[in-house]
Amino acid sequence: MRNYVLRRLLALLPTLFFASLIVFFTVRLIPGDVIDLMLSQNDVSADKMSRDQVIRALGLDVPIWEQYLRWVGSIVFKGDLGKSLWHSTPVTEYLAQRLPVTLELGLIAMIVGLLIAVPIGVYSAMRQDTKGDYIARSFSILLLAVPSFWLGTMVMVFPSIWWGWSPAIEYIKFTEDPWQNFKQMIVPGVVLGAALSAITMRLTRTMMLEVLRQDYIRTAWAKGLSEPLVVLRHGLRNALIPVVTLVGLQAPLLIGGAVIIEQIFVIPGMGLLLLDAVNQRDYPVITGVFLVVGVAVMLINLLVDLSYGLLDPKVRFR
Amino acid sequence: MGAATLTIAVPHDEPPRKRGFMTRLFRDKPLGAMGGLVLVFMVLCALFADVLAPYGQNQVSMLERLQAPSWQHWFGTDNLGRDVLSRCLYGARLSVIIGCSAAAIATLISVTVGIVSGYLGGRADMITQRFVDAWMSFPDLVILIVVVSVLGPGMPQTIGTLGLLLGIAGSRIIRSAVVSVRENMYVHAAQSLGASSLHILWKHILPNVLPPIIVLFTTRVGTVILAESGLAFLGLGVPPPAPTWGGMLSGSGRTFMFQGPWLALAPGLCLTMLVYSTNVFGDALRDLLDPRMRGSR
Repeated sequence: MRNYVLRRLLALLPTLFFASLIVFFTVRLIPGDVIDLMLSQNDVSADKMSRDQVIRALGLDVPIWEQYLRWVGSIVFKGDLGKSLWHSTPVTEYLAQRLPVTLELGLIAMIVGLLIAVPIGVYSAMRQDTKGDYIARSFSILLLAVPSFWLGTMVMVFPSIWWGWSPAIEYIKFTEDPWQNFKQMIVPGVVLGAALSAITMRLTRTMMLEVLRQDYIRTAWAKGLSEPLVVLRHGLRNALIPVVTLVGLQAPLLIGGAVIIEQIFVIPGMGLLLLDAVNQRDYPVITGVFLVVGVAVMLINLLVDLSYGLLDPKVRFR
Repeated sequence: MGAATLTIAVPHDEPPRKRGFMTRLFRDKPLGAMGGLVLVFMVLCALFADVLAPYGQNQVSMLERLQAPSWQHWFGTDNLGRDVLSRCLYGARLSVIIGCSAAAIATLISVTVGIVSGYLGGRADMITQRFVDAWMSFPDLVILIVVVSVLGPGMPQTIGTLGLLLGIAGSRIIRSAVVSVRENMYVHAAQSLGASSLHILWKHILPNVLPPIIVLFTTRVGTVILAESGLAFLGLGVPPPAPTWGGMLSGSGRTFMFQGPWLALAPGLCLTMLVYSTNVFGDALRDLLDPRMRGSR
């Protein structure tokens, strides 16, 4: 097991290398006139920094390969992602505050997504080609098409018009009051989870259909086991393995969706941090968030791969 | 003479495999066919927005601001008195233009990267796939936001970035199709006859991976439209006053939704309808053209 984890971590290195190239060169596309624009747009900066200072702060005064090596070097050896251009706060400090919030939102959304998707998917497979199955399937394609920002907007607008209810605007930390925090996160979590559940539902249905036709399911029926036991213990457990992979693959969707949801419900996570940084053209923060999001997704996928062992005894980590 | 005998010899009811594509689509996949029809309808709306729209897309009329839906204004008016139906129609044009062009770029990139990587195999394929891995670890929306923060918002940037973004991600699907086609007898035969790689790619591989390419394009249109509207919603898409559906749901309009809830309905319904129809149409195409891809999305 330990060897397997080590090998997987090693295999992550080339991917990490490419990810760092993508992050670095995307943000380094900055054309020269953007710096002038930054200086003219930002009131904060106008009197504080000259053009040369901004160029130096962004590290644009040395050749591009040296910029890259410096950047990677300070991350690998010092864990330093640079400082915010305008507030001189280390980027890592921002991330330490914001990352847990987005992870919490993502986790709630994931759980909600699974709670919607798996029961409906299983039901749909057990009653294949009945009216219930068709309704469930149409519902899942519909969820796939509804943009989460529209759903979020409607959740903000209509309950407020009809019942005078609206989600709290001021964010309460989990450490301060877990219950209030949960009450605040559950609505955005459901909105985000609903969009994700569509694909999971379809995959659960397909896998259940396949598994329910296996010999060992017939054996289980023949033994006279009750329906819940056959379906849940013998069927679902085997059908869930690809579903778990899918949940891992959805990690980018989850974080991407969180950006929009955080904006609608004013939740101070990574998404809001990124959008604020974009509005202020705070490139070190943008680079930091960009990199951390990518690395987070890779680690989630690694964890998902490792969790196979728990679900599927056939998988042995060699 | 021979032709005449042949005509008589043809049996009256054709075997099911010979039925035309449209017949199969309508008979076997009614939902998909309906999606296709809705799609055609919305594309027509987009093409003839000038003729169909009762008002101009940015025709401001302060006297008629925030009116509920009525016979004059089917979808009501917004906070500047602009007709929401007209803006939705022009918005359809923007969505369709962006959706089709970005999906076309994406498909072109997917096909090029997928075919080359899949056909060559070996080290080039390894390196390309690690790059694709890294690329796919970043959420689409985050890459889009970062690129827009660097290049500034606008239609060409949105189309180009979305095309590149989905193009690289989609190359996986084409690659796996190519890998399975590559091992076919006719490819080996062409290779042993000394055909050039380019010839094999063009004449033997490409025609055989055409079904997944068509399906990929169709499903991508929906994805692009959703992503673009999300970007516009964040205020980073095609800048206002362009009537993007995402833009209509965000910005200044949002504060007025509590007074005029219809503002929140129309653009979202258009968006959902368009994406829903591309999705069901894409699914139907996939089932009819390329059964191997079933359940891959």
